[in-house]
Amino acid sequence: MAAKRPKLAVWKFSSCDGCQLSLLDCEDELLAVAEAVEIAYFLEATRAEVRGPYDVSLVEGSISTPHDAERIHKVRRKSRALITIGACATAGGIQALRNFHDVDDFVRSVYAHPEYISTLAKSTPIQDHVPVDFELRGCPIDKFQLLEVLNAFLNGRKPNIPRHSQCVECKLSGTVCVMVAKGEPCLGPLTQAGCGNLCPSCDRPCYGCFGPKETPNTASLADWSVRCLGRDERQVRHMFRAFTAYAEPFRKESEAHE
Amino acid sequence: MSRPVATADVRTIDREGLDALIRALGAQGRRVIGPVLRDGAIVTGPVTSVDDLPAGVVDHQEAGGYHLEGQGNGALFHHGVGPHTWKRYLYPPVRTLWTARRVRRGFETTPNAEPTPRQAFLGVRGCDLAALSALDRVLRDGPYADPCYAACRAEALVIAVNCTRPGGTCFCVSMGGGPKVAAGYDLALTELPGEDRHVLLVEAGSEAGAALLAGLPSEPADRAALAAAEARLAEAVDSMGRDMIPDVAQVLRDGLTSGHWDDVARRCLSCANCTLVCPTCFCSTVEDVTDLTGGEARRERRWDSCFTLDFSYIHGGHIRRGGDSRYRQWITHKLAHWHDQFGTSGCTGCGRCITWCPVGIDITEEAKAIKNREGRT
Repeated sequence: MAAKRPKLAVWKFSSCDGCQLSLLDCEDELLAVAEAVEIAYFLEATRAEVRGPYDVSLVEGSISTPHDAERIHKVRRKSRALITIGACATAGGIQALRNFHDVDDFVRSVYAHPEYISTLAKSTPIQDHVPVDFELRGCPIDKFQLLEVLNAFLNGRKPNIPRHSQCVECKLSGTVCVMVAKGEPCLGPLTQAGCGNLCPSCDRPCYGCFGPKETPNTASLADWSVRCLGRDERQVRHMFRAFTAYAEPFRKESEAHE
Repeated sequence: MSRPVATADVRTIDREGLDALIRALGAQGRRVIGPVLRDGAIVTGPVTSVDDLPAGVVDHQEAGGYHLEGQGNGALFHHGVGPHTWKRYLYPPVRTLWTARRVRRGFETTPNAEPTPRQAFLGVRGCDLAALSALDRVLRDGPYADPCYAACRAEALVIAVNCTRPGGTCFCVSMGGGPKVAAGYDLALTELPGEDRHVLLVEAGSEAGAALLAGLPSEPADRAALAAAEARLAEAVDSMGRDMIPDVAQVLRDGLTSGHWDDVARRCLSCANCTLVCPTCFCSTVEDVTDLTGGEARRERRWDSCFTLDFSYIHGGHIRRGGDSRYRQWITHKLAHWHDQFGTSGCTGCGRCITWCPVGIDITEEAKAIKNREGRT
């Protein structure tokens, strides 16, 4: 039995480690995961390394340096299935905010010795560089969704990760709509469900951590925010420029409000 | 509800009488669900005493907007319907249908054997009684009956409230219903908040309701109270915030290729809110969930919506890719094809889809727009 366990690797690129931590956060389920797979490479959890190739690789982080851009190809070659986890890996992350400006300006103004900094002009998601088998959204990812993806992989079935709006989660759990009842622009109608309804259930609008849902109508929500909720162009631009700012539908909408 | 009674005397109870009713329902082992204030809205939730009701709170509803304000007279039911519907308690958002365990050859299934909850719904409006009747046809009396729905419905008592203050997005009158409840209740209340005396008229609509009423401290309703209730209901009929065109079913049947669908698609977020707040939308999906070893599995049913892309996925792709076809599917089913399928309209005029659309798309206005547009060409 033990010899047949699939080998799991967890890789980090430009990221905060929060998504990898979601795996350690599984707590009650972690032992079951460790029994079901051989954790072969997971530096956040153990120094012990088992050589590849790996049956499944979880990749966290975006590609933001020349070194990242090279290393992701090595990871892809060693991985049978490659699953990207989190907003950085699937959309470029919060660090992709630099994509809207000249990165050299940032480097010059932030670092005492800019010559030590080797970075790419843009922070980009993994699928811009190598083929990806599944993308798990979130900033951070939801541990139950991570378990579901691993579970589906281990059982050879399609993961139950819906692509519909965050609103569906709000309505299923009975949360009162923040946008309608408070007049606060909320990215929920444009954002993929999966967080477990975190912000709206705490009376806050959705910040779009899970990225665009299928067929998001960003223009309509932006228009309503300006026309009926009293937001100005700058506020609308900032609404779309957060954790998944570089996901194409959000990027285009924010650029329309430059 | 139990068997209807032919005629019923109208009685009056006061606030304490209503409290006694809530306690009597509780004493029957029922979970009483009614209007409660939460997160800036009047939603449904557990009610254990009259103090849990939103006394003196009124709502203001418009397309894409909802807000509350306080009001002096302490009325308990002086508000329209909120974002929750009764289907939540009869047809839960997520339900495990069965679990399965791997055995030597194949697998064994065990159906969900959760006990049926004994519930009482307090404050059910005329539109929502119409919605329960529509759901009964689909989920209880139709060819694809849902055992969970049927069992929960049989165990639920309905304490209706005649609506004396329709909301800005209400249009029950033009859907053939009305603020006054006609049938399908165990008890019906009409609230008369007065300066000196705050009373509620009570009528029994079933044997169970009559038995409950007999146990409450009540008085026969006097003529003045009956006249006051009639006046309030007549006023409510005249204060509907919206109206639906009477020929909507035919307008939609004739308008399937209307250019107006593109106009709706420019605004529609396909977020599914309209369907999830609709008291009659019943679509669901099923998902199979496994444990990590593959030894155990369960099948879960979850509310779904014709506004999601995956809802129309069949082999080869998605049928309804754009907001135009998804909105058309919903409105034509709700207002036209529901008649062919179930013998009634699927819309009760409650107005929830208008209020809770984040960008204020108004089903009554879209119907009119299609009529006007098609009328011109």
